[in-house]
Amino acid sequence: MRLIYKILKISNNQIDTIYMATDIIIHDQKDNVGVVVIEKITPKQDCNCWIMENDSSAKIQSIDEIPLGHKIAMIDLKEGDTILKYGHDIGKVVKSIKKGEHVHVHNVKTKKW
Amino acid sequence: MFTMLRLRSGNRMEIPKSFLGYKRENGRAGTRNHVIILPVDDISNACAEAVANNIKGTIALPHSYGRLQFGADLELHFRTMIGTGSNPNVAAVIVIGIEPKWTKKIVDGIAKTGKPVEGFHIERTGDIGTTMKASKKAQEFVMWASEKQREECPLSDLWISVKCGESDTTSGLAANPTVGNLMDKLEPLGVHLCFGETSELTGAEKVCATRGATKEASDKFMKTWNDYNDFILKEATDDLSESQPTAGNIAGGLTTIEEKAFGNFQKIGNCKFVDVLEPAEEPTKGKGLYFMDTSSAAAECVTLQAAAGFNIHLFPTGQGNIVGNPIEPVIKLTANPLTVKGMGEHIDCDVSKILSREMNMSQAGDELIKTTMRVANGRLTCAEALGHKEFVMTKLYRSA
Repeated sequence: MRLIYKILKISNNQIDTIYMATDIIIHDQKDNVGVVVIEKITPKQDCNCWIMENDSSAKIQSIDEIPLGHKIAMIDLKEGDTILKYGHDIGKVVKSIKKGEHVHVHNVKTKKW
Repeated sequence: MFTMLRLRSGNRMEIPKSFLGYKRENGRAGTRNHVIILPVDDISNACAEAVANNIKGTIALPHSYGRLQFGADLELHFRTMIGTGSNPNVAAVIVIGIEPKWTKKIVDGIAKTGKPVEGFHIERTGDIGTTMKASKKAQEFVMWASEKQREECPLSDLWISVKCGESDTTSGLAANPTVGNLMDKLEPLGVHLCFGETSELTGAEKVCATRGATKEASDKFMKTWNDYNDFILKEATDDLSESQPTAGNIAGGLTTIEEKAFGNFQKIGNCKFVDVLEPAEEPTKGKGLYFMDTSSAAAECVTLQAAAGFNIHLFPTGQGNIVGNPIEPVIKLTANPLTVKGMGEHIDCDVSKILSREMNMSQAGDELIKTTMRVANGRLTCAEALGHKEFVMTKLYRSA
C-alpha cells in the first residue's frame, strides 16, 4: 500500500496535521465516478479517494492506467446507466464499465447533442 | 484512520475596500488607461493600425466586420463598438471608418460617457490623409491621458467578468470553484459580476435557471438557453461533439458537454443572477451577478463582456487557454499542475495545491482576490505582458 505522509505547519494556529495523499477526488456522495488528481494512476493501484461533499474517504483499486484529470468508475456500470458527477447526470454509458476502469469518450456519451 | 487537513476558520483575509483606478467622466473607474484607435469596419483596419504605429502608447483594435450588416447583427456591431469605446479602461478614443455616417454614430455613442472621442472617415481623403489627421488627434489624446493618475476608488467600482477556457476536470474541481469563492466573497461588497457561455451550460441549464434572483430572471435565462440550443441543433452536424467538448477538453478528461457545463457553473459560487443581458449589453439593475448570452469561444465572450463595461476579467483554465483582450485585463488561474509546469508564463494565479489538498477553496479564493487587486492596481497580467490583444466581434448571421 502506497502511503505518503505530509506534515504541514500552519503558521497561524500551530496545528501540525498529518494526512494521506489523495489520488482521486469525488465531488458528491451520489457520484459513480471520481477524478484522478495525481499525474497518473497505474493498474492495480490502491487509491485513496476523498469525497468533497461530506469530507469522507473511500478506497478503490484501479484496473486501467488513468491520467490526471480523467475519471475512474467507482462501481460497475452497464450500458444505459447514467453517469453521476457533481451529483448530476453528465451522460450515458454506451459500453459496460467495471469498477476501477477508465471512464471517458470510449464508453460514455452525452444525452444532449 | 487519518485526520483530514483542516485549517481553522476565523483567519479570514481582510478584503481591501478600495483599489487604485482611473476615475472617468461618467463616474465609472478603470483599471487601465488606454487610448484606442477603433476601426468601424474591416477596411479601416490598415489606417487604424497606421495611426497606432505613429503614436506610441495607443492601441488599434482591428477586427473583421462592419460592412453590409443589418438588423440585430448590425445592432450588436454598434453596441460592441460603442461599448468598447465607452469602457472605463479606455481614456480616449479615435474612431476611423470608411463612411461618415456609421463613424459618427459610434463617436456619438461613446461621447455620452464624456470622454474625449473623435471620428475620421476615409472616403474622399484616403488612408494617408486620414492617418495624418487622426494621428495628430491621437497624439493630443495620448499625451493628455498620460497625465491621468490612479486614485483611490471603492471596491464596488470593480466590474468583474468571468469565462473559462480549455477546461478540463481540474477546472470543475478547483479553478472554477475558486472563482465561485471569490464571487461569494465580493458579491456582498457591491461589485458587478458577469458570467456567460450560454452553450456551455447545456446539461446544467435547469440547475442554472434556479439561480435566477427573480422568476423573471430565471424565465429569461431559460428562453435564452432554449433559443441558443435550438440554433445549435438546427446547424448541428456529426462534428459537434468534436467542438463541444473540444479536443483539449477531452485530452484533459472531460467527456460530455454536461460534465463541462457543471464544471463551468462552479464559477458563480452560490450567487444568484439579477438579470440576463443581451450580448454586449450594459447591466442597468445595479450591483450583483448578471448572465450574458454569449458564445463559449473565449475571445468572443471576453470582447462582449468588455463592451458591456466590465473592467477586469477572471479566466480559469485547465489545459491552458492563453487568451487576452486589448482593453480588459484577463487574469488566468489554473489548478492543473501540468499546465503550471509547462506554460507557467500564462498563469497569474496557481491554485494547483487544491488538488493535493495543501490549499482549501477559501484560501484559493483569497489568493485570487489578492491577484485581482494587484492587477486592478496596475500589475500587468501574463496575457498583457505577452501581448495578447484578441478583439473578436460576434457575428450573428451573414451580411446582406
